[in-house]
Amino acid sequence: MSMLEIKNLHASVNNHEILRGIDLTVNAGEVHSIMGPNGSGKSTLAQVLARRETYEIAQGEVLLNGKDLLAMKPEEAAGEGLFVAFQYPVEVPGISNAYFLRAALNAIRKYRGQEELDAMDFLPLLKEKMRLLDMDERFLNRPVNEGFSGGEKKRNEIVQMAVLEPRLAILDETDSGLDIDALKIVANGVNSLRSPDRAMVVVTHYQRLLNHIVPDYVHVLVDGRIAKSGGPELALELEEKGYAWAEPEAAISK
Amino acid sequence: MSSITTSERLGNYLEIFGELEKRSAKQPKWLRELRDAAFARFCETGFPTTKDEDWRFTNVNAISHASFSMTHPQQRLAPADLEQFRLPHAACRLVFVNGSFAPGLSDTGALPKGVRVGSLANEIANNPAALESHLGHYIKFGRDGFSALNTALIEDGAYVHLPRRTVLEAPIHFLFASVASGNPAMAHPHNLIIAEDETQASIVEDYVSFGNAPFFSNVVTELVADENAVLSHYLIEREDLHAYNISTLRLQQARASNVTSHSVLLGGALVRNNVHPVLAGEGGECLINGLFIGNGRQHMDNYMLVEHASPHCSSRQFYNGILDGTSHGVFHGRIIVHKDAQKTDAKQTNRNLLLSDNAQIDTKPQLEIYADDVKCTHGATIGQIEENALFYMRSRGIDEASARRLLLMAFANESLNRMKSDSVREYLSGVIQKWLPDTVAKPTPGDGSAERRWEEVG
Repeated sequence: MSMLEIKNLHASVNNHEILRGIDLTVNAGEVHSIMGPNGSGKSTLAQVLARRETYEIAQGEVLLNGKDLLAMKPEEAAGEGLFVAFQYPVEVPGISNAYFLRAALNAIRKYRGQEELDAMDFLPLLKEKMRLLDMDERFLNRPVNEGFSGGEKKRNEIVQMAVLEPRLAILDETDSGLDIDALKIVANGVNSLRSPDRAMVVVTHYQRLLNHIVPDYVHVLVDGRIAKSGGPELALELEEKGYAWAEPEAAISK
Repeated sequence: MSSITTSERLGNYLEIFGELEKRSAKQPKWLRELRDAAFARFCETGFPTTKDEDWRFTNVNAISHASFSMTHPQQRLAPADLEQFRLPHAACRLVFVNGSFAPGLSDTGALPKGVRVGSLANEIANNPAALESHLGHYIKFGRDGFSALNTALIEDGAYVHLPRRTVLEAPIHFLFASVASGNPAMAHPHNLIIAEDETQASIVEDYVSFGNAPFFSNVVTELVADENAVLSHYLIEREDLHAYNISTLRLQQARASNVTSHSVLLGGALVRNNVHPVLAGEGGECLINGLFIGNGRQHMDNYMLVEHASPHCSSRQFYNGILDGTSHGVFHGRIIVHKDAQKTDAKQTNRNLLLSDNAQIDTKPQLEIYADDVKCTHGATIGQIEENALFYMRSRGIDEASARRLLLMAFANESLNRMKSDSVREYLSGVIQKWLPDTVAKPTPGDGSAERRWEEVG
């Protein structure tokens, strides 16, 4: 059984169709990259998978470990092992990072019928993951993402991912706006989480990230459809020739 | 058309006052004169109406048109009945049943030598001379009918006297139980707290109810903070939905005193919370911090009158409101900076979350500045639960009801975190968490994104 199976997915917002028939299969242990120009539907795909309610699903099916993802609430999808690192992480005023993440981990553990962790057990775990992402301990008690720089927010997303240990992680433009040092830290964090029973989908605009997180497969999203798929070499080809190179084929495949 | 006669307008208050006059015939002349003057004032003004600027948003017809008795309750409370309201780690607990001190239910604990904590009635009977320069001295009963009525009916309440340099780590708990079954009842407790120079203490004034009939509490608390005194006052309103609670906290602050007033309003059908500090000595500081959580048809009016009467004083007002159902909240923050109060630093902030389309908040700043070198700012926000934050939390596995509750607690914590006493703060946090469930486990109506905001610097 595949970790993620997307079949002919159509999604729109305000009657404007953005995803126009996506097919994608991701198996455990694989890292897929979805690349594409602005407006191609990359972030919409990530948001739909995260179960954001602003999108209408006209057609298609998404299975997460064989279960109907589109019937799940966001919290159920998380319980089933989905994690989306958002392009724009949200500030949650008044709730500390540590408190928030323990509540999240315990909610997921409860969903799975596991025992909840108390603060004594949780804190060392969180500190360890924060060290992995080179985040200072003062972020433990700061409200979630409030006043964080762009890079700190992105690192915080990967800390969350490391703590929640999802089965399927979707990284939505986690590299955007990062300087090269921050990019390396984030990529190291992500790479340390690669494992045979975990799959990742890395959504990015730039090839640069893929030098550090080397994918098994690369897909090019153009105009709401996957226009091209291939191995890591496809990313290099795109870098050289630009997205325009992939677009005519999308037109042909119509 | 016949006009309402005075005796009709005064209802049974005339009779109640007459009975008190008889009971108190042997009390000192100054006290009887104080009551007489206050009652005359009440007869003149009656209860306020929405035509009074200070009462614009609050209609008290439910109180002025009803008849409440002051007889002793039939239901007798046992210590076990009050156990659920125990404040942990309190230095002592004074229990009042319908405004009268209940020694059998109280526990005065072991207090430092010289500290007097007990009932005002006892103090009037045994030591009235010490009261003369304070009792009724700070509350201006001319301000409104409720203070006038309370002063006219002064008989009992809590009394605290802290001699110079007393430091009490643990809070003093006043528990006011409203008991009414069958017939509407009322109480007019008058509390007096005198803290001499360099004292430090916390007072918790707590209102709870028993029974199924309307109860009207009309409370005045006069708190005197002498030089360098550091005092915290907490008001907890957690009566049931039959309760009308009008309370006035009058703070008199001497030089370099530091007083905080915390209000947590959860219960009651109609609540009016007046906080009136007068910064009468240089370098005084006052923090007025409040949280009100309304649901159903509750009405919660927070009225502040901060008087800067001396130079170099600072005052802060922070009120957070959470309103659901068709509840109505009011924040009316009035600041008066008198002519000589140069270098005043006054600030007020009112933040509100409206959880329903039919909940309402009226927020009104009112600055009257007669000095020329001052800093006064005020601001208010009205918003809803942040839908983006809610989604973000859900995407991390936290279910919607829990996520809402966490966001509301975070908002409430802004108020709780300003409370210095760990034991009171933690206790209140628990009380609020238990109070919240009914109001939070449902989605926000409307588009959820609108936020109104205004901020000005004056």
